[in-house]
Amino acid sequence: MFRWPDEGLARVPFRVYNDPQIAEAEQKLLFQGETWNLVCLDLEVAEPGQYRTNWIGETPVIVVRDPVADRIRVFVNRCVHRGSMLCLERHGKAENFTCMYHNWVYSLDGKLQSIAFKRGVRGQGGMPADFDITKHGLRELRVDTIRNLVFATFSDQLPPVAEWFGPRMVWSLERFFHKPIRLIGGYTQVLPNNWKLYAENVRDSYHASLLHTFFATFGLNRLSMDGAVEVNEAGGSHLSWSKMATDDAEGTDYASGGLRSMRDLAIEDRRLLKTWPEFPDGITHMIQTLFPNVFLQQIQNTLAVRLLVPRGLDRCDLQWWVFAYEDDTPEQLRMRLMQSNLVGPAGLVSLEDGFIGNAVQRTTRGDQGHGAIVEMGGHGVGTERQSRVSEAAVRGFWQQWRGLMGL
Amino acid sequence: MSMATTMGYTTADREFLLAAGQTCTDCAGAIDDDNLEAWPDYFSEDCLYRVETREGRANGWQIGLMHCEGRGMLRDRVLAIRHGNVFDPHTYRHVLSMPRFAPAAPGSDGTEIASARRVLTSFNVTRVMQTGETTLFAVGTYDDVFVEAEGRLLIRSRTVVLDSRNLDTLLVIPL
Ligand code: FES
Ligand SMILES: [Fe+2]
Repeated sequence: MFRWPDEGLARVPFRVYNDPQIAEAEQKLLFQGETWNLVCLDLEVAEPGQYRTNWIGETPVIVVRDPVADRIRVFVNRCVHRGSMLCLERHGKAENFTCMYHNWVYSLDGKLQSIAFKRGVRGQGGMPADFDITKHGLRELRVDTIRNLVFATFSDQLPPVAEWFGPRMVWSLERFFHKPIRLIGGYTQVLPNNWKLYAENVRDSYHASLLHTFFATFGLNRLSMDGAVEVNEAGGSHLSWSKMATDDAEGTDYASGGLRSMRDLAIEDRRLLKTWPEFPDGITHMIQTLFPNVFLQQIQNTLAVRLLVPRGLDRCDLQWWVFAYEDDTPEQLRMRLMQSNLVGPAGLVSLEDGFIGNAVQRTTRGDQGHGAIVEMGGHGVGTERQSRVSEAAVRGFWQQWRGLMGL
Repeated sequence: MSMATTMGYTTADREFLLAAGQTCTDCAGAIDDDNLEAWPDYFSEDCLYRVETREGRANGWQIGLMHCEGRGMLRDRVLAIRHGNVFDPHTYRHVLSMPRFAPAAPGSDGTEIASARRVLTSFNVTRVMQTGETTLFAVGTYDDVFVEAEGRLLIRSRTVVLDSRNLDTLLVIPL
């Protein structure tokens, strides 16, 4: 069938965004295969019996805190009887899971507890005597957590999450979640493109100042002091960070010392640009990806986790968790609120990321065997310290993807 | 009992609702007609304009999709749409319900807003792309507080509450 081009990682055939066979293989080999998949944040299942439903690829799952074992369990959200979805709610609290179709009941450790009319009615009907209820529990997945992130996998042999992503990725997660967080927002952005186009976009630090023109238009560009693109050993996860030049330690402001805008345009109200140095390491921008479909963001003082769920070939749902730290001062929260105008689906700085995948998706149906050129910053997937004008992390994504897909 | 009071509305109530409805309709019309520069003029100088989801409101989440304080920020949004952002060109068409009263709410500073009234209006917004693709883009409620200022009935605070947590592609033109 499909063969990857001879140029290797320097080319990405457009067909990968639009081939139903590839999408089907991804379900098996990636999402149900050798990957750790984010399913929720631990705060969503903090209390006994609290659950959250989500998706691993196209498989619906339930994440629940088992009150007896006091640990998080993940099950496929499908009744073993005739396959009805067990939990329809996004969030909730349960004492057991009762299927609405024929009332089969499961305990929160996934065991099948009871079957309605198991003995029939007045001795008539019912399940055969040899039906063993203990052999028919919910399909349970392996679970592992790092800080606030809860992951699950269908694999029995994958090493623990920390080992799988590697020490540099863990360092960054420990930095993001270095103290207790709380949720301050959330929404789902429906993207009209194959999920991999967005997965590439976040790894592509080359497009940032080119596609996103808000800062340049209004003369708000700040010099970047230092930065890097770091790719993990497997290739598919990365960090892209930078330190913006700051004028004083008290607080930074994109606006002060900015370049003049080309058209002499200026924004009126600069309150949304007010920031403070969030981390002692001086890093003001940190974008992290975790293979295959998780993204973390520190853009000045906006903090978020995003999870991308594929929905067929040309659609994906980008779930956002916007968070803050529990010990935020009111002033800090206010700055986060103002800066929230800069990111997300309506974000002045980066709203373009919502549609750019579709601009590619539209051309892939008649691809005539062509592919994307991915050579910015060379052909390798190594860490790039010189410049973030690099597609190294995009190549890294494809390296890991191809390894798992056998393509 | 006269018709004017059967629903518990006085004539003054009905006049107010009519005027509020007119402001809402004109404001939506400015957006739909691509007269975005006029959009901030339907708000008071010290206005609040916010887009959030029903889920976010129920959870008391501070962060929604947009949060503008004051006309200046509304004008900045318009300037960004015109000059700062890149997107697939599209327009909206709003369909609004009649406005209805909601219980009085505390203002953003925690005190009751005197002589201002809170009105709810349902909306459907259809998005029309340049390709002709026409889809139902947003469904929800305007939760508005009005104020008499500059000789007109202006929106002092508008919270656009989206019924769904899903937002298709992006939100650049205000709702
Ligand atoms: S499908 Fe669940 S009880 Fe029948
Ligand atoms: Fe971007």
